[in-house]
Order: sequence, then structure tokens, then C-alpha cells
Amino acid sequence: MENIGDSVIRKEALEKVTGKAKYTHDERTKGMFYAKKVISPYAHAKMTAKDTSEARKVKGVRAVITGENLPLIGEEVRDRPPIATDKVRYHGEVVALVVADTPEVAKRAANLIHVSYQPLPTVQSPSHAIEANAPLVHENVAEYEKDEGIEPIPKSNISNHTKIRKGDIEKGWRESEVTVDESFSFSPSDHTAMETRSAKAEIKANGSVVIDTSSQAPFMVKKLMNDYFGIEVGKVIVNTPLVGGGYGGKASVQQEILAYIASKAVGGRQVEVFYSREEDMITAPCHIGLDAKVKLGATKEGTLKVAEIVYLFDGGAYSDKAIHLSRAGAVDCTGPYKIDHVKCDSYSVYTNHPYPAPYRGFSHSEVLFAFERTMDILAKKLHIDPLQLREKNAILPGHTTPTQVRLNRSTIGHVPKCIEKVKKLINWDEGELVEVNDRIVRAKGVSCLWKTSTIPTDSTSGAILTFNEDGTVNLMSGVVEIGTATKTVLAQMVADRLRIDVRDVHVRMKVDTQTTPEHWKTVASRGTFMAGRAALAAADDALTQLKKIASTILRARVDDLDVGNGRVFLREEPSVGLEFKDIAYGYTYPNGNAIGGQIIGRGNYILRHLTELDPETGKGNPGPEWSVGAQAIEVEFDRRDYTYKMLRAASVIDVGKVLNEKSARGQVTGAMSMGLAFGGRETFVFDEQARVLNPRLRTYRPIHYGEHPEYIVEFVETPHIDAPYGARGAGEQGLLGMPAALGNALSTAVGVPLRQLPLTPELIWRTKEGIGE
Amino acid sequence: MTKVAVTLNVNGEESEVLIRPADTLLDVLRENLGLTGSKPGCLNGDCGACTVIVGKKPMKSCLMLAIEAVDQNVTTIEGLTDATVQRAFVEHFAFQCGYCTPGFIMNVHSLKENHPEADGETIKSWMDSNICRCTGYEEIEAAVKSVLYGGQEHHKR
Ligand code: FES
Ligand code: FES
Repeated sequence: MENIGDSVIRKEALEKVTGKAKYTHDERTKGMFYAKKVISPYAHAKMTAKDTSEARKVKGVRAVITGENLPLIGEEVRDRPPIATDKVRYHGEVVALVVADTPEVAKRAANLIHVSYQPLPTVQSPSHAIEANAPLVHENVAEYEKDEGIEPIPKSNISNHTKIRKGDIEKGWRESEVTVDESFSFSPSDHTAMETRSAKAEIKANGSVVIDTSSQAPFMVKKLMNDYFGIEVGKVIVNTPLVGGGYGGKASVQQEILAYIASKAVGGRQVEVFYSREEDMITAPCHIGLDAKVKLGATKEGTLKVAEIVYLFDGGAYSDKAIHLSRAGAVDCTGPYKIDHVKCDSYSVYTNHPYPAPYRGFSHSEVLFAFERTMDILAKKLHIDPLQLREKNAILPGHTTPTQVRLNRSTIGHVPKCIEKVKKLINWDEGELVEVNDRIVRAKGVSCLWKTSTIPTDSTSGAILTFNEDGTVNLMSGVVEIGTATKTVLAQMVADRLRIDVRDVHVRMKVDTQTTPEHWKTVASRGTFMAGRAALAAADDALTQLKKIASTILRARVDDLDVGNGRVFLREEPSVGLEFKDIAYGYTYPNGNAIGGQIIGRGNYILRHLTELDPETGKGNPGPEWSVGAQAIEVEFDRRDYTYKMLRAASVIDVGKVLNEKSARGQVTGAMSMGLAFGGRETFVFDEQARVLNPRLRTYRPIHYGEHPEYIVEFVETPHIDAPYGARGAGEQGLLGMPAALGNALSTAVGVPLRQLPLTPELIWRTKEGIGE
Repeated sequence: MTKVAVTLNVNGEESEVLIRPADTLLDVLRENLGLTGSKPGCLNGDCGACTVIVGKKPMKSCLMLAIEAVDQNVTTIEGLTDATVQRAFVEHFAFQCGYCTPGFIMNVHSLKENHPEADGETIKSWMDSNICRCTGYEEIEAAVKSVLYGGQEHHKR
């Protein structure tokens, strides 16, 4: 029997290798309509006219929507028109929708819509956005409806400010003998899931809105449809089949809103909104950019004393998740180190860039790039080995985080162990820099990482187990299968708890918000923890019911019974017992009398003791635990042409407990690959009018086969006591330190500090030779 | 636009379909024949998610008109059953979200048919046409090598 820790093959594997797996855009119905977007070619412009007359004449066009009379939307600040009406604020913004019988007709008509634009000066970066005379992306930011605690600064581009104040900054600087003051920046980029976004919406006669969507957050869609349009939550039904990659990008809600608006315009008929690759990259929310300033102070011996940090997050044209992202960046504003005095000001800032969605790691890889690069620069100044500096200051149980949470042995993983292991794996003692010949050098770089999940304090997860007649079980959870194999891991847990074969746990892959118990969002590596706790609770509930009915039939006390191999039996005499199949659907006595009924186990979970952050100091408990790790990379750098090859990349992640060996490794190497792509090659390239010049996979080029380094992955297992089997998150951690480690390795190779991403040969050459853009 | 009736041979079955001459093979496979295993990832030849086999060669079905496929044998992912490549992808955990998988499998299957002894460089140049965003390619590499005799794992034996 395969069990916890084993490499159980994912439940939907056969569907996926035969082409039978269904994703949102694969399901179509006869008579469905198709919507095509008209998007803005400008990043900032006033719209003076929208001429739709030609488009409306095209045969087969059912509606042309230009966006008037729609509410403003957005998750924490309602600052976004679903379809822009007066002005556009980013390149790719939707300015009209055409609904037609076929995609071809919709496209032809969309091309006939003429919008007149009057270009406005653009805001090019967060640093530019806060300059005194910067153009305003939103003229009246303070007037928007917003959540409590969000404080946009009137007549500015700042949508929110999170403050972290821990200890006494002045004292920290007094105690510091060596200081560094560094700045870093990178532009927004993209998630680039292979499946582009799409959604279908239909309005039923009774007013129910049925939405099919490629989303990581179907339950959020349900909630937001209620918030934005006042539709009763019970009348919003959101279906999500398998999702072709998300990485956070599909946790934002956009395509569903457009589909709903389109359906409404055609009397509730089903309409599909499908995103082309270009639209998926620039119209849909992207990966956030950042301008950062990090000041660190330490004693001569290398004890960190103080950190003073400013993060300007590139919130793009609309706030949506940007504010939350900037808050998460503040929560873990340093690396995983003991620092008594911390001051951080994290801002979410409007620019004329595409607006951000969460991205794997939720601001942590971004912040760690800035912080961990600074650690290396500090180490050089101190003449201390960079790994040793990290080890010396590693955060431990008993220490406090920037939001002043006192950590214990359960709530933080083991940083020193991770450092020690990665040191061996990358052969650190060989030296950071090895000269191969007069042209080639090999260099190594490291980074530590940590992360907690700043999810809402009241996020819930539920699970239902129903038994089949043959004693097997069906598992229903609101976790979306986006590729992480979470539902297979949940099945492993249920099988383990019920002591049955994992093959006897059937998993429902599709999420349907009407019949599937809620799981807040499939993000933040919380699937195995929260949904796992719920699934285990459901299994316990089912066991109680099985034992109860068995106790009647066997005429034995419930606590004299045990389970195993699909049976309930007497502890003392295991041969006396009943098979699950005989009691899972009720029990029938020989004379025909029956008792019981189908066994249905239910369980739920809610995180304990989370609090909001104090607005003045940031003090508060943001998440359930901090998972940690240490990463390293070795590169081969060519000093003549500034190109480099990634040789080996190593990750040591404290996952608490490995639940599925091969899946866990795959999550880590996949995340490492993504982190190296973010660090080394991917960015939107903007022109001087903030237009994205490379919104396609030929010019925005993810890592291809054969371009990856050798991966070395090891795990540390420090249990998180609250989590099933002690497991910590593992889906994001592999990404977090990679950009910083790459930056550190290349800075060592080149001999000058690199402060921007992505680390392309051109950037390295410009930095080394002091050549501006 | 006027539609034309053509006969396509897909996965060994002949089907008559009514298409626009401008329809891509990918569109017709998905919309007319309901074979949605081939995926639209970019519709621009950049990602390989739509790869099928036409004749004996892998082809990005988003770059080919359906009308060009008349009189040719087209094999899609639905046309493979229990192929070595499919089994290898399962055994080696060579996918996560699975969206790139049909394209990769068709490409590898065709590589195996055309160059059963492909060396590392040949493998790399063939695989370069597909993108996987979930994995770090390590497992795909292991799966590919396990089905090709030129693959390292077999050399070692
Ligand atoms: S969809 Fe054909 S190559 Fe991307
Ligand atoms: S498995 Fe998701 S893109 Fe390859």
C-alpha cells in the first residue's frame, strides 16, 4: 500500500497524457456566443470618441459594449472600470467588447471599432510616480470606495503605505559599526501559464449566474460577483475544471467580469471570453515590479543590528491585489534573520503599467532579491564569508519577526540546517570564484529565504467524503488542481487516515462553488495545510460514523473498535468485524431490516489567532508559520562577451514533512526554473510611452528545454505542529531565493554589484562598462 | 465567408468537415472534430502546445491551414493509446498542469519514430519548439531519454 511520503502518481495523470483532460476553453456548447476585446494601444490617454457604428453593422454581431454604467471594481480599492470609458491607464486595457456568433465575426467587428485617443504623459516607474511633478494615474484617488485601513494619499500616485516599526531604529544605527545603503529595481513581467485565461458566463432564467473559468480562486469570483454586482452569493455558481498553470496569476478576477458583462448584454446567453497570448500577457494582471532601498547596519563582527527599508511596488494602473502584495512585502521585509531594529515603508504605487496579480511567492522573491543582494554587499564590506554572515544572523525559535511575532520550534523552519546543507551541496568551500581560463570564470551565489502566507485571517477550507457501495471513498475539496498535485496528496492523507489504499480514494477534480466545500483560494502553498486539515477532519468524522454503526451490529463499545484494510473490527479479536462496504451504505440484517445510511464525512479548517497589522507599527500575526530554505547557484561566466551558463542550482527547503517525494521535488525544481527565468531573462520591455514591446513568447522567452541547470534538491523536515504530518508549504519556496542567488553569483563573477533584473548579458555589460540605456 | 467541405484523415479515421479555407488545422481539430487535446498556447508557433503529427513529422497545428492537411495522415494526442512516450511521461512525473503535455508527447513520439537513436543535441533541437512553464524540464528530460535508445540512460546500461 502506497502511503504518505511515497511518490504516488497523480490522480489525473492518464487524462493528461491522453489529451482527455478538460480545461475551461475545451468545453463548448452549441449556440454559445463569443466575445472579442478591443484593447488600448496606449498606456495613458484620454478617449475622446468610440465609434462603433461599423462594427454593429457586421452580420452576426449581437452586442457591442463600451463600458458605460458599470460599477468601479477592484479588491481593496474600487478604482477600476471593467471596461475603460474616459481614459486608459495601461497598454492593453479593455476599451470595448464585441459579442458575436463566432470568434471570427467578433474579431472582424472588433477591428472596425475606432477609438480616438489623446495621449497623456506616462508614469514609467514607481520612483517616477512619487516625484512631485509626476503625472497622476488617478486624479481623485482618495474618493474611491475602499476597504477599511487602506489610506491612499490624496493627489498622489500612492494607493497605500504599510509601516513596519520594530525596536528602536536610532539605537540600531548607534550600535552599528559597518553600514551599507543599496538600491535595486526591476520592471513588471508575466506569469506566462501555458493555458491562457478564459471564462464563460450565462445568466439563467431565475437570475443565477453560471461562470466557467480558468481560475485559482473560483470562490473569490463568487464573492466578488456579489460585491460588485449585488448578485446573491447562492446564485453565483462558478465551475473550474483543471487549470493549465496559474502561479498566482489566475488568482485575480478579470475574465469572469468581462464574460458576465457580455452575457448580460445578450440577454443572458452563454458567452465566452478567451484571451489571446498577447492579451493574457498585457491585458490580464501581470507580475509586479519593484524599486527598493535597503540600508543595513552591523557590528564589525557581523551581527546585524538594524534594517531600514523602502519598497516602492509597481502597482500598475489599478490597485486590485497590489496593495496586498505591498503589505506582504512589508511583513517579511528582511530575510530570515534576527534583526532587533527594523523600519520598513512599503508603498503600493500607481504607474501606467499593467496591474499586478499575485505571483508565486507573493512578493517574497522580489523583496528577497533586494535584501539578499544587500547581505552579500555587506558581507564583502565586512570581509566575512556571505554564507557565514547569514548563518551567524539566522532567525531562530525565540526571535521575533518584523511584525513582532515571537517564533517557536513549530512556527519557523530550521535556517542553520538549510544553510549547512546547501553549503555542502554547492561545494561552497571550493571558493566563490574560480578562474577557469583568461576568459571564463565559475562563480557561486547564495540566498536564504523565508515566507509566511498573509492570507485573510478568516480564510476557510472544507472537505467532504462520501462513501460508495463498495467501501471506496469520494473526496470533494475546493482546491483547484492547477498542477501542484494537491488533490492527490489530499487523497494520500485520507487513505492514510482511513487506512485504505489510495486507489480507493476517488478525487473530484472539478470545483463547483455550489456543491464543493469552499477553499479560499488555491494560492500561498496553503492547499496541503488547510485543505489537508479539513480532509483529515472529514476522515475522522467518517470513522466515527463507521464505528458507531459497527458498534450496534457487533454489539461492542465504540472504543473497543479499530479500523484497517477497509474493515472495522474488534481490537481484541480482529477476525470479528465488518467490511466498510457492508456498512458504508447502511447495514441490512439477514431478515431485511436495515439501519444507517450512506456515510458522509465532513470537515473544515480555519486558521487560528491571525490578526490584522497595527497601522502604525505593523505589529500583528500575519500567517500560521514561516517556511525557510537556502539556495545556491553556480554559473560559468564569459568575461569577453558577458554571456553566462547556469551550471548547477541547489535548494534546501524545510518542508516540515515530504508528503509525495517526486511531486515535492517537481514543485521545487519547477519553481527554481521560474525564479531563474525571472532573475535571468524575463521582463516586459517598455517603450518611452510605457507600451509593452514584447507581449509574445518569441520576444518574451521563457526557459526552454536544455537551457536549465542541473538541479540539486534536498529537504529538511522540521514539523509545523498544526499542519497535517507537520508539512509546510513547498510550492513557492523553490522560487524565492533564486533571483538573489543568481544576482550574487553574477556580481561575484563580474566584480561589480548588479542591482537590476533581469540579469541579461546586456545589463551586465552596461553595468560593468558604466553605459546607460 | 463561404465554407468548403473537405475530407480529413485524423487518427486513422476519415471525416468530412465543413471549413473556411482560412481555418487553421488546430481550429478544425478542436472545433469541428472535438479533439481538444491539442492546445492553443500562443497561436503563433512559439509554444508547441498544439503539436500534432502530419505524415511523419511533428507540426504546429496553429501554423497550418486545415485545408493543407487534406490527403495527409494527421495524428493527434487522441490517436495515441498507451504509447511508450505516454507511459514514460507518467512514470517520470514529466508534467504538472498538463497543458503542454500533449504537444510534448507528440513531439517526442515523432522524434522516436524519426530518430530512435537521437543524441543529446538532436533531442535538444527538437524539444526547443515546446515550452513547459510548470516543470524545470528535469522530468521531461528523463522521460524523453528513457524512450530513446540514444538517450544517456540507455548508454549507461
Ligand atoms: S499554439 Fe501553436 S505553437 Fe503555440
Ligand atoms: S506541465 Fe504545465 S506547462 Fe508543462
